[in-house]
Amino acid sequence: MSAARVITWVRRNLFRTPTDAVMTVVFGSISIWAIYRTLNFVFVTGRWEIIEVNLKLLMIGRYPSAHVLRLAVTVVVLAGWAGLLAGIVRARQIRSGRLDPRNLGFSARRVRDLIGRFWLGGVVVLLLLLLSSTPGPWQMVGAACVAAFIGRLVGPFIGRPHFGLLGNTIMTVVLAAIPVVMYFYVVTAVGFDDWGGFMLNLFLAVCSIILCFPLGVALALGRRSSLPLVRMICTTYIELVRGAPLYVLLLLANSALGFFVPSSVAPSTSTRAIVVFTLFTAAYMAEIIRGGLQSVPGGQLEAAKAVGLSPARQTGYIVLPQALRNVIPAQIGQLISLFKDTSLAGIAMGLFELLNVADTIPTQEQFRGQGLLAETLTFAALLFWIVAYTMSRESQRLEKRLGVGVR
Amino acid sequence: MTAALGTPRVPFWRDVRVLKWVVQIVVVAAVVAFILWLYGNYVENAERQNIPTGLEFLDNPAAFQITGNPLSQSAPVSDALYQGFLNTLRIAVAGIIAATLLGTIVGIARLSKNWIVARMATVYVELVRNVPLALFVTAAFSVVVLGVFPAVQEAWTPLGLMVISNRGVAVPWFEGSGRGLLLTIAVAALAWWVVAKWRGRVADRTGHLPRSGLWGGIAFVVVMVVGWFAFGTEATFPDLDGRSSVGGIRIDPSFFALFLALVIYTASHIAEIVRGSIQAVARGQAEAADAIALSGFQKMWYVVLPQAFRVAIPPIGNQYLNLIKNSSLGAAIGYYDLTLVTKTAVGNGAPAVPAFTLTMVIYIAISLVTSLIVNIANRRMALVER
Repeated sequence: MSAARVITWVRRNLFRTPTDAVMTVVFGSISIWAIYRTLNFVFVTGRWEIIEVNLKLLMIGRYPSAHVLRLAVTVVVLAGWAGLLAGIVRARQIRSGRLDPRNLGFSARRVRDLIGRFWLGGVVVLLLLLLSSTPGPWQMVGAACVAAFIGRLVGPFIGRPHFGLLGNTIMTVVLAAIPVVMYFYVVTAVGFDDWGGFMLNLFLAVCSIILCFPLGVALALGRRSSLPLVRMICTTYIELVRGAPLYVLLLLANSALGFFVPSSVAPSTSTRAIVVFTLFTAAYMAEIIRGGLQSVPGGQLEAAKAVGLSPARQTGYIVLPQALRNVIPAQIGQLISLFKDTSLAGIAMGLFELLNVADTIPTQEQFRGQGLLAETLTFAALLFWIVAYTMSRESQRLEKRLGVGVR
Repeated sequence: MTAALGTPRVPFWRDVRVLKWVVQIVVVAAVVAFILWLYGNYVENAERQNIPTGLEFLDNPAAFQITGNPLSQSAPVSDALYQGFLNTLRIAVAGIIAATLLGTIVGIARLSKNWIVARMATVYVELVRNVPLALFVTAAFSVVVLGVFPAVQEAWTPLGLMVISNRGVAVPWFEGSGRGLLLTIAVAALAWWVVAKWRGRVADRTGHLPRSGLWGGIAFVVVMVVGWFAFGTEATFPDLDGRSSVGGIRIDPSFFALFLALVIYTASHIAEIVRGSIQAVARGQAEAADAIALSGFQKMWYVVLPQAFRVAIPPIGNQYLNLIKNSSLGAAIGYYDLTLVTKTAVGNGAPAVPAFTLTMVIYIAISLVTSLIVNIANRRMALVER
């Protein structure tokens, strides 16, 4: 950029009017001060040894060291699985011709796009690796990257050919089984009551997301049902749950869920948390999906009836897919807030999740009374932030790609 | 009729009318059976452990003290719950007002033509929105109030108006009849409204500028001053007196921290709603305002914001509900709201299930009333289609 263009830009964006100039000076100095304080905290005054010493506690809690290898294997396998899935999806998109031709093939533009999407996450992972004192995490991340890359390369070969119904079913089942198998691989060694740290937050969120989705769809359909009693039950449930604070529900579940089931079944604290998160989020999901159902034009349902689909197929093939697509951003927003809310499990139920760990470690003997809570909370905030921020960015991208609200 | 004409009747197991009722009865039976099963388990478990299932615990003495409240320990649990309810309302009202103001300002700032202002607002929203509220609450209490704020001996006293220390924040307050002051404020607000209406009519008739803000403001101030002296109200300013602050009113550290966290967090969500609503206002409206040479402020205040808020009321109402429910997090930092009172009562031996159920019912009632108010506001603001 030439000097003249810089000056034009500055005059246009910073000093348009006298008021503008004053605001620029005031807020410019405030932001410089804020940036200075932040950098000063991060690089000069912050004492980050507490993070280095407790990195394992923050990430995986009191997970027994003997079984950490299983976690590493799981991460690598899931990375490969995700790569494979991405490859298959892409090949399918190419096959059906739904892809922008500019996006085909390997180009600098796509690499830039990919870097733009994930560089922040990459920086955080690198930071975590640099904080770790053992070679294990490095090896794990390296292997995971290689696995994801190989999966991405292999995926198109599986996705491109037509397999027929049986082949497709087998492929779907195998792909869906991989995370389940990995779950049992990990959980047979250490039951998830002993999980902790950031891993527990992710686990609670993922479990609740998977469980709350079908329940939310069912509740939304029930609320729009033509059967008055079903509608009444669903509406009551949704409105009651939405009126109650999650924190109180967690407290109630912690001290009283045991009363409502036979005394032989005593659900563990993690299970209770998952139950509450699922039941709570399902009510909100139901409202979002209901909005989506209402946004589908009535003609779609009439057309489905006209071609003679059964009521179940009218909903399942015609209305629901469009409804769910229309509200993807809101759904992901709700899932982000579920992910953030997993931090309540520590405060309300004493689960050893990230916020609880960050709250506790400054009271360790070695660090007691040094006021290190700012450091640990900043670290916890960074981890929560990067996941939530990446999710919301990806949701915006998905929204754009699916053309919601464009056609 | 059709049967009489010879068409075979649909057998009842394929008759839609019958099927609909069968499905409903099955669903209701399943739900009722499930609830009965839960309730049966509860009664059985409670009986076995000898825990009462009724609300009798409300009459037992609370046996705990609510910070910043004169309620004695021997007062019944119901009184303590009532004080907790009032505390919840306090934080909710204060939080809603502050979050709306901050959120609106940040939302407008995100669309500012000034690069730095827009950038700062964006960074604020993106940083705050993606971090759990629980973390803010903990940080506001343990890091800001207990860590950054000075000990009371060397408290900060900006302009001599406030005393800020880790024991809380003392602000100027009034002495005298609270009811009188409330009445004065109500009358003054009414005077503002009447004068503004009158100025509007004058402007319509004569074509002069209405200046309703100026005239109404003067009316407000006049009524306030008259009422202030008529009721003999006096202002007190906080001051440092050795180991504590005297005068004014001292805001509890936990209240202040919860307020800070709730406002910062909720404002980031409200800002996004405000931004979206402003962008939803047809561009021609702003251009028309430019064309008749309104200033930037006038364009926002008279043209864009009124239309934007019409779109924004329902989602902002949702944020108010979230704020009220989120205020229960105050229990984590020792703010005696409804949740913490219940939690403490349960810790002191009140039965958990009835106590928490009662609390939840109260929260649901607050939510319902709030959404009722929001709905009324929405209906009054809604565009009358022509």
